[in-house]
Amino acid sequence: MAVVETRSLTKVFKEGELGAVNNVNLETREGEFLVFLGPSGSGKTTLLRMIAGLEAPTAGEILIGGKVVNDMTPRERRIAMVFQSYALYPHLTVYKNIAFPLKAQKVPKELHKQKVEWASSLLGIGGLLQRKPRELSGGERQRVALARAIVREPAVFLLDEPLSNLDAKLRLSAREELERFHRRVGTTTIYVTHDQVEAMAMGDRIIVLNKGYVCQFGTPKEVYDDPADTFVATFLGSPPMNLIENGDVIVGFRPEHFRLAEEIKDSAKVIFKFRVENVEYLGAEFILSGLLVGGRADGKKVIARLLLGHEVGVGTTYEFGVPERHLKFFDRSTEKKVPARAITWQ
Amino acid sequence: MAVGQAKIKSIGAAQSPLLGFAMFSPAILYIVLVVGAPFLLAIFYAFSDARIGSDSLHFVGLENFRSILQSPSFRKALQNSIIFTICAQIIVMVCANILSIALEKPFRGRGLVRFLILLPWVAPVSLGTIGWKWILDSIYSVITWVLVWAHIVKPYNTPMWLGEPKLAMASVILVHCWRLIPFSTVILLAGRTAIPKEIPEAAAIDGAGFWRTLFQINLPMMVPIISVAVLFGTIFTFTDMTVVYILTAGGPFDSTQTLPSYAFATGIQGSDLAAGAAVSLFLVPVLVVIAYFMLRLAHRAEVG
Repeated sequence: MAVVETRSLTKVFKEGELGAVNNVNLETREGEFLVFLGPSGSGKTTLLRMIAGLEAPTAGEILIGGKVVNDMTPRERRIAMVFQSYALYPHLTVYKNIAFPLKAQKVPKELHKQKVEWASSLLGIGGLLQRKPRELSGGERQRVALARAIVREPAVFLLDEPLSNLDAKLRLSAREELERFHRRVGTTTIYVTHDQVEAMAMGDRIIVLNKGYVCQFGTPKEVYDDPADTFVATFLGSPPMNLIENGDVIVGFRPEHFRLAEEIKDSAKVIFKFRVENVEYLGAEFILSGLLVGGRADGKKVIARLLLGHEVGVGTTYEFGVPERHLKFFDRSTEKKVPARAITWQ
Repeated sequence: MAVGQAKIKSIGAAQSPLLGFAMFSPAILYIVLVVGAPFLLAIFYAFSDARIGSDSLHFVGLENFRSILQSPSFRKALQNSIIFTICAQIIVMVCANILSIALEKPFRGRGLVRFLILLPWVAPVSLGTIGWKWILDSIYSVITWVLVWAHIVKPYNTPMWLGEPKLAMASVILVHCWRLIPFSTVILLAGRTAIPKEIPEAAAIDGAGFWRTLFQINLPMMVPIISVAVLFGTIFTFTDMTVVYILTAGGPFDSTQTLPSYAFATGIQGSDLAAGAAVSLFLVPVLVVIAYFMLRLAHRAEVG
């Protein structure tokens, strides 16, 4: 097990172009499950590939277990990586796929069988060892890829969107399995995803990336409750945080905090008139979208999340509100977080 | 409404067997006239005593086959054909693989290099081979000149590239390789680029070096495409007579004669049409086997 660290890590693919990864500093903790979260093109995969040794950094350092590994080949870094496409060797059986890293790293042949059996039983694919990858389902392939990654007992695990090729139902169970698996082997893991739900559910900590820059680095709770800028605020959470410009600040509040005014117990609250334009019934809750009416925020589009047990009609205006402690403030020009302040809404 | 009618009309036309046949017939006609008829004629001649300049024609049964099987020249030609084909294929595959690896990653001037490598295939075979004939000439050979200049051979004892049996065979094989390498390189390059990028990357992360990745990952994954290149190459080599004919005309002393050039020498130059036809029929079993494997490969590619 080891700690991964990057110092001012930068990758520029073409001279003169914007960097794919810009000046990234991060440090994992021992045995941590760290998630790189960002939309496509945010540089999260490039960052992972640099750590893996598949991409050479333009500037900066990568350290694994305290040693600078910039000039080391992937094999010398003692990392394992699971690719988005799994990258199983199609001409080899599952057994040979899993045994390949052992062969390549010259592990004595007598140990192969025992190690392959250990890895495959850990992932419950003991019965598939003689099959070829094309005869496996998506979920089975993912497990084979994981087994191939753990069989050599790597210092660090790198996972590049390993769930994105699975259908929605399978993704949920695979996610749980991956969490259990991580608890069991306890290896430091870096996980890349564009899915904020996955990131929130699995990560010990999350690094939110946008355009190659780190926007925020923190626990899921910190990132969700206290976003560092408007990008993080809108990227995490579904539906995203409501943002309303007011003077030189942008005020944000989450849809679940935007409720009928009479239900808010807090004495410090902001009241809005909210005209409901659309209602989505999602079983356990409603998603209401509509416009604020009157005051400085007149005509702003907002979304509310409401538990069942309310009668809401489209086209009707209601009195909604947000407890003041749930308001977030961002600077209007930099879009970065600023301390809470008193503002007027009228 | 008009659109609907046109649609119905076109469907009706597509279903008509006559139109289908009409569309097909040029291809069938072409194959029958250019491949089928000469082939049947060759079979017919092989069992006759047809000669150029003679108007008599008798059925002689297996006599032609008996006599050519006893001829040492024929056996030498058969043996040469096999050596020629196998050696050329091995050399071509090794070189084409190296080239395809070298040309896979982009570098400055890759387009130009690709073009230059493709040239031997694009140039007419006779022109290229005539060029080689000069390069390997007994008096004017540039290779000899360079070797003499570098003091590797003595000026009064230069190698006769096309005049000594072993050297002549090697020359013929190498010139043929020079011709086939571009073709195989292009096929292997296509096969190599079809391998998903993550697979060699996964191998690198798993700890495999260059050779292990090449022999245990890339090449096994390229087996289908390599087979295509080998099968085509085998056909081109086994049936080719241009290189032999221009470089050595089968000499010295039939030492570089292959089945096609021997068939030409016997049947056309030697006026013995019947014997020539019988010699060329020996190509058929080999080509049938290759055709079988090609069809199987194509079928497998279709079925996936």
